[in-house]
Amino acid sequence: MFKRILIANRGEIAVRIIRACREMGVESVAVYSDVDRGSLHVRKADYAYHIGPAQASESYLNMEKILDVARRSGAEAIHPGYGFLSENARFAHACEEAGIKFIGPKASSMEMMGSKTRARQNMKKAGVPFVPGTEKGLESFEQAERFAGQVGYPIMLKAAAGGGGKGMRLVRSAADLKSALEATQSEAQRAFGDNEVYIEKYIENPRHIEMQILADEHGNTVYLGERECSVQRRHQKVLEESPSPIVDPDMRRRMGEIAVRVAQAAGYTNAGTVEFLADQNKNFYFLEMNTRLQVEHPVTELVTGLDLVHLQLRIAAGEPLPFRQQDITIRGHAIECRIYAEDPDNNFFPSPGKITRLISPSGPGIRRDSGMYEGWVVPLDYDPLLAKLIGFAETREQAINRLRRALVEYFVGGIKTNIPLFRRILLDPDFQAGRLDTGFLERLLQKDPVADDRTRERIPIAAIAAAIFAAADPKPVLAPAAGAATNSRDGGRPATDQASDWKRTARAEALR
Amino acid sequence: MIYEVSINGTPHRVELLKGDKTWTCRVDESEMEIDAAFTARDVLSILIGGKAFEIKREYSLNGELHVVIGSERFSSEVRDPRSLKARRAAYAGAEGPAKLTSPMPGKVVRILAPEKSEVEAGQGVIVVEAMKMQNELKSPKKGVVQKITVAEGTAVNSGDTLAIIE
Repeated sequence: MFKRILIANRGEIAVRIIRACREMGVESVAVYSDVDRGSLHVRKADYAYHIGPAQASESYLNMEKILDVARRSGAEAIHPGYGFLSENARFAHACEEAGIKFIGPKASSMEMMGSKTRARQNMKKAGVPFVPGTEKGLESFEQAERFAGQVGYPIMLKAAAGGGGKGMRLVRSAADLKSALEATQSEAQRAFGDNEVYIEKYIENPRHIEMQILADEHGNTVYLGERECSVQRRHQKVLEESPSPIVDPDMRRRMGEIAVRVAQAAGYTNAGTVEFLADQNKNFYFLEMNTRLQVEHPVTELVTGLDLVHLQLRIAAGEPLPFRQQDITIRGHAIECRIYAEDPDNNFFPSPGKITRLISPSGPGIRRDSGMYEGWVVPLDYDPLLAKLIGFAETREQAINRLRRALVEYFVGGIKTNIPLFRRILLDPDFQAGRLDTGFLERLLQKDPVADDRTRERIPIAAIAAAIFAAADPKPVLAPAAGAATNSRDGGRPATDQASDWKRTARAEALR
Repeated sequence: MIYEVSINGTPHRVELLKGDKTWTCRVDESEMEIDAAFTARDVLSILIGGKAFEIKREYSLNGELHVVIGSERFSSEVRDPRSLKARRAAYAGAEGPAKLTSPMPGKVVRILAPEKSEVEAGQGVIVVEAMKMQNELKSPKKGVVQKITVAEGTAVNSGDTLAIIE
């Protein structure tokens, strides 16, 4: 096993990996930008090195700086987390050249999966099912027109180098094809420096289901069950669960075996995820492979009882997988809520700023992977994921109820989060029945939230509480600047109260 | 003490009478006896006829007060009617020029409606980027953009005025 590894990431995932390191007796090296000096991953790591300004290209995306810290700190391996450099084949290659182990697949596997058209060609050879589409980038408008006519509208135009929902465009009729193609090409050129675009048949109301795989460096590859990730907003996942409500053991086995074939065709090692689109008749099609640890990996950990980050480190250190496919069983049901710093009542605007109050849920079946703490200022420079709240129980219904209970306990003050959104999702009859597709959340958000009896009953309580708060702390409620306002409110209380707040936070932290 | 409390925009009259151990509260027409205890900072425990509520308070970045019961959030405003300032504040707004303010800190990436252009209520005026997302800020009213106080590339704070629409 490694003595020391570097974590080239920040936020909750860096904390997650540092925790695994500590459990395994591996020393952790954190890196941080100017705005992350006070971030949780820097506090939790054994070593921490400054790597530059807030802008990611000057810090978390800067390969030279990160490799330099790895050398200086004596780290033997680098865990890239997700996002940033995690799917950058050049970085994996640079690590290989520098003699530092990249905790992930080889650069060659990443390159193959990084280009969607190349991945497609290779996977076709391995007999993997695909949504009908062009195998190469489009050469002309005429070709696009011909192909779209063959498979039938609606079709999807996709940038070959795209991802994360960017560089995609839905075309419903032949009349819209020309302008859509031009727009997608220019967008792809601007966003990815590559205007290669291909066509795919559009599956109406698809589900997004993905399969977790693990492969060691001795030729063993296993699948660890699926995750249903259909609850999305603007192609960003919001809630994930395992198992999927529609996947039965037979479908799981078929999907899993194909995922293993995909991985083997790419010479894949370490943890990876094979994404599928599934229609409502349980047909499924290969979408892409994510060559990294996923945000939503905890739901798989809970239902399999495995620790994926531990296994990633062991695989990277050259150990064989400690189990075979038949040893893996799925037990119970896990659901993850992604807690974002965004305001669900106001167009999901980002909400960076100081967390003035944090009360965290606990109790049976609740796991919280978080990168925040009370008093921390959420920077505006990175993505808005603050934490993940995961509920685990014997059945899906119990997991839903457990999460609803935990969400009531969860309180993040000072900034807005999407916590209230999850109450709506978890109470929705379609969600409860497992009737999901990738349009589910957009449809739910179109509906006006109906004020139920309980809400009406609570309005006078809210009015009384607001008055009592005002009576007890009659400071003017004006906040010209967030920081100043917080101070003026704090100034109204005796110093001992302040001190006990510090103690409370410290105690809560110590218990985690 | 009498307060004018608006919850989600609807005004309520709340009268508080602090007793020995409990408070007597009158909300609009109904009266109730409540037991209130501050258990932690910004956390209030209320008992009404044996029913228990845990209520949290927070301020949004623009100073708005929120009262949270369970996972439900109520936006509230508390006015002491004796205060002259509060009465004046109640009459401000509505008419005249409207300010378009930034709801979050970020960077101006695009100006969609330049000065002197006519805009409808809800039409995009300025795009501000924060946390890797671009957010279109919409005009609060129909009118003419009188002034744009920022340029593309300007870093803005939460609550900063970006444009004035008249």
